[in-house]
Amino acid sequence: MTRDIAVVAFAQSDILRTTEEQSEVEMLMPVLHDVLDRTGLKTADIGFTCSGSCDYLAGRAFSFTLALDGVGAWPPISESHVETDGAWALYEAWTKLLSGDADTALVYSYGKSSPGSVRDVLTRQLDPYYVAPLWPDSVALAALQAQALIDAGDTDEPALAGIGTRSRATDNTRAQLRGSVPQGDYVVRPLRTGDCPPIGDGAAAVVLAAGERARELCSRPAWIRGIDHRIEAHGLGVRDLTDSPSTRLAAEKAGAFERPVDTAELHAPFSSQEVVLRKALRLDENVRVNPSGGALAANPMMAAGLIRIGEAAARIHRGESDRALAHATSGPCLQQNLVAVLEGDPR
Amino acid sequence: MPEVLKAPLVVEFPFTRSLGPVQSAFLTGLRDRVVLGVRTGDGRTLVPPVEYDPVTAEEIRDLVEVAPTGTVTTWAWNHEPRRGQPLSSPFAWVLVRLDGADTALLHALDAPGPDAVHTGLRVRVRWAEDRVGAITDIACFEPYDGDPAQPTGHSGEFEDPVTGIVAAARLDYTYSPGRAQTAYINALADHRAVGERCPSCRKVYVPPRGACPTCGVATAEQVEVGPAGTVTTFCIVNIKAKNLDIEVPYVYAHIALDGADLALHGRIGGIPYDQVRMGLRVEPVWTDGGRYPDHYRPTGEPDADYETYKELL
Ligand SMILES: [Zn+2]
Repeated sequence: MTRDIAVVAFAQSDILRTTEEQSEVEMLMPVLHDVLDRTGLKTADIGFTCSGSCDYLAGRAFSFTLALDGVGAWPPISESHVETDGAWALYEAWTKLLSGDADTALVYSYGKSSPGSVRDVLTRQLDPYYVAPLWPDSVALAALQAQALIDAGDTDEPALAGIGTRSRATDNTRAQLRGSVPQGDYVVRPLRTGDCPPIGDGAAAVVLAAGERARELCSRPAWIRGIDHRIEAHGLGVRDLTDSPSTRLAAEKAGAFERPVDTAELHAPFSSQEVVLRKALRLDENVRVNPSGGALAANPMMAAGLIRIGEAAARIHRGESDRALAHATSGPCLQQNLVAVLEGDPR
Repeated sequence: MPEVLKAPLVVEFPFTRSLGPVQSAFLTGLRDRVVLGVRTGDGRTLVPPVEYDPVTAEEIRDLVEVAPTGTVTTWAWNHEPRRGQPLSSPFAWVLVRLDGADTALLHALDAPGPDAVHTGLRVRVRWAEDRVGAITDIACFEPYDGDPAQPTGHSGEFEDPVTGIVAAARLDYTYSPGRAQTAYINALADHRAVGERCPSCRKVYVPPRGACPTCGVATAEQVEVGPAGTVTTFCIVNIKAKNLDIEVPYVYAHIALDGADLALHGRIGGIPYDQVRMGLRVEPVWTDGGRYPDHYRPTGEPDADYETYKELL
């Protein structure tokens, strides 16, 4: 038996450069209340809870266990956690609902990058034998990919600047960077500050529901028609950095190529990565890409991917989209990629 | 609202990692100024080598030497090197396909400026003076306009192979405990203990974390608790912790402060370790200038009745 599963609510915090006055749970709780209020559910009504976060960002061990205070984890609840972006927590919750073990799921994720230096922190996710001892930071690795794209004739620096400008021309009031943002100096050439995501703290939450439950909780559910995630070789020098076969394969398995989408929320923290993703996903000019501003406007680590799914779903809820694609990434140079296809009921 | 507390926090870890046969050969080779790759079933040579074919997942062990010269396949100019990176003056990050290899190796290129670097640039390895069997035995690459170097014909067998590496890491943070715990820590410095009451279930949490774990709602109402409390449960610590100036054995206990609905933990002093018991009444002891209780000692009151603290176990 297959069940139809939908995103029925989405909430996110303001994404801010720092939230030092708040602990993780203090930052998270308003978002959890917001998303539950949108459905009328209480924490005790939720069948399964799954979260995404990463202790390395804030240097706080087992921080997800403290965040559980925000979901009322006593008496005991059915709960799980992924040490990566919340988009993967949503994937786990989706499989849980597919199995019939639960009818509703709360998915949340959060990241506080402000306590540390995120460029250095992210070096610790690299191959510890050959790469991490060199401390290549996240911008440096993205810059290698950007240069490969320029050499291949896929883009140039003015085109990259255009992606940054378009992303920040968003009316998303939650975004960290909006309006006219200078392209700035090189961070690691060929990438300038305008090609790189802002560093910020934030949280997001989504409620999933199955079948009729979804229709009860939301007037226009965003049905998940397909979702898949794929990974590529960890060795950067093994990969063709100008392409993203893992994104293409995930999209194919999620059914993205069966019919055109009208909207795409892409998790491309660097302008150059949007070039790669547009190519891998065969998105043409008819598709609205990142109306929310995407990761170039706000990139709270571990929440930015879940926000892409949430933003895509929210557009369907509001009737602004009928078929949307959402993408999340993790790892250097788009190493891991998740694609979800969401649809509203026909109008 | 008073300012939240902040303090530097350094996380350091020297991960000791063992190497499999392929990684061991590669890193031992670097120590001996030899670059080894590994051949896949379909004849490609991967440098740096891996133990499993990234396409087929087949185990691969066929070591093959490649040249210490090669070609830049992509690059990025790093004008502000960061801590731990291979060079401290501006350099280019490069992926280099060594002569004889089919894949590229990430490293640094020492060049005078970005105008001296391009994809396709010919480069060679600059060896580190002191080599230990690590990727940093390659100090960096440098531009090179000679002929491709010839491999030495090395078999990949070594007399005294490197079998492990120590991957040292250090990350610097500015730690902040947030609003609720800042209030708690500041009160402790005044020799007071404050918790927060849940607006829904009325339980008082000490230390407060800003949320009720039962109701999932924010807590804000401050409540003074203690100073005395009851030992709800305890353990006897027999192993001396590094940098901790406390004689073993000692007792570490859960203590329910009077008025609190959650037990905190602390060390019990002023009583022989083998006389500590559930129900023991204790009070905090501050040392001169201490911002938090050094330990808890018996108050001398009769033990608390089990019924009064069983819910807090
Ligand atoms: Zn409560």
